[in-house]
Amino acid sequence: MVKKIIILVVLLVLAMMFWNMFSGIPVQNVLPEVSEYYAKNEPAEVGAANLVTAVVVTYRGLDTLGEVSILFLSAAIVGLLLGFQSKTEKRKLRKTSELLLTAAKILTPVIVMLGVYVFINGHLTPGGGFQGGAIIAAALVLALMADPLRKISHGFISFVESTSGFIFVFIGILEIFLAGGFLDNSILPLGEFGAILSAGAIPIIYSFIGLKVGAELSSIVSNMQEAQNITEYE
Amino acid sequence: MLTLIFALVLSLIVIVLGIVAVQHPKVSVAIIAAGVVSLFASVMYLLLAAPDVAMTEAAIGSGLSTIIFFYVLNKIRRQDG
Repeated sequence: MVKKIIILVVLLVLAMMFWNMFSGIPVQNVLPEVSEYYAKNEPAEVGAANLVTAVVVTYRGLDTLGEVSILFLSAAIVGLLLGFQSKTEKRKLRKTSELLLTAAKILTPVIVMLGVYVFINGHLTPGGGFQGGAIIAAALVLALMADPLRKISHGFISFVESTSGFIFVFIGILEIFLAGGFLDNSILPLGEFGAILSAGAIPIIYSFIGLKVGAELSSIVSNMQEAQNITEYE
Repeated sequence: MLTLIFALVLSLIVIVLGIVAVQHPKVSVAIIAAGVVSLFASVMYLLLAAPDVAMTEAAIGSGLSTIIFFYVLNKIRRQDG
């Protein structure tokens, strides 16, 4: 009882603090200074039709590198911790239903294609590397649901992951020497605003981010799947 | 006006399912509830004109993390029993 009263009091104090913070924010009808700069100068400076992508890949490119590194670290830790598991315990599984098998056969390539579409068009339409990579990993989940015995090649995943990470950083460093700074996209011509080959190096960088994120999430999912120790069907 | 009503209904569902996710005695139901919270939250982001965030939330929040929770739940259960 005392515990619940203490929790209630803490919640009330927190609510008061948040209320004070939010009621102090004035209602604005104009963009803040930074957003206004991005909205005004982005078409001429970066040339990506999707403003979010321009901020994520160019203006705040270093943050994106940090996010991708965090994702890599968590995938590596999942692989490390699950590697300590004992492999003695075995498990049998019922056969997958025909419906799921057929649906997975048809849908998996389509979902992979959607993911690739999302990150190739990252500079034109909503979405980009992170979203496309997550969609590709979702396709892998569907394939593993249908066939739990399927072996995913860890060598291939880590090859894709490390190669695309290397190319991402390599392009970023190349841009220090050939363009305005780290991850400045004007290493390639900006092109026509809204065309698929526009916005300088953004489509290339975002495609490699997509492959990297897809490989990292896929490695988490396949490690989790292998930790279930499913060896055969009943 | 219609968008506002839709958003209010959505946020009500999100709050109710959030309470279900915390309080439900069966863990599998709680995981599903947390996944559905993410799904409705992604619709909410779409209403707030943030399609990029909505895609991330739908793919990672309600897709991958639900599956990973189920993998972990399965693993823990078999180690306990």
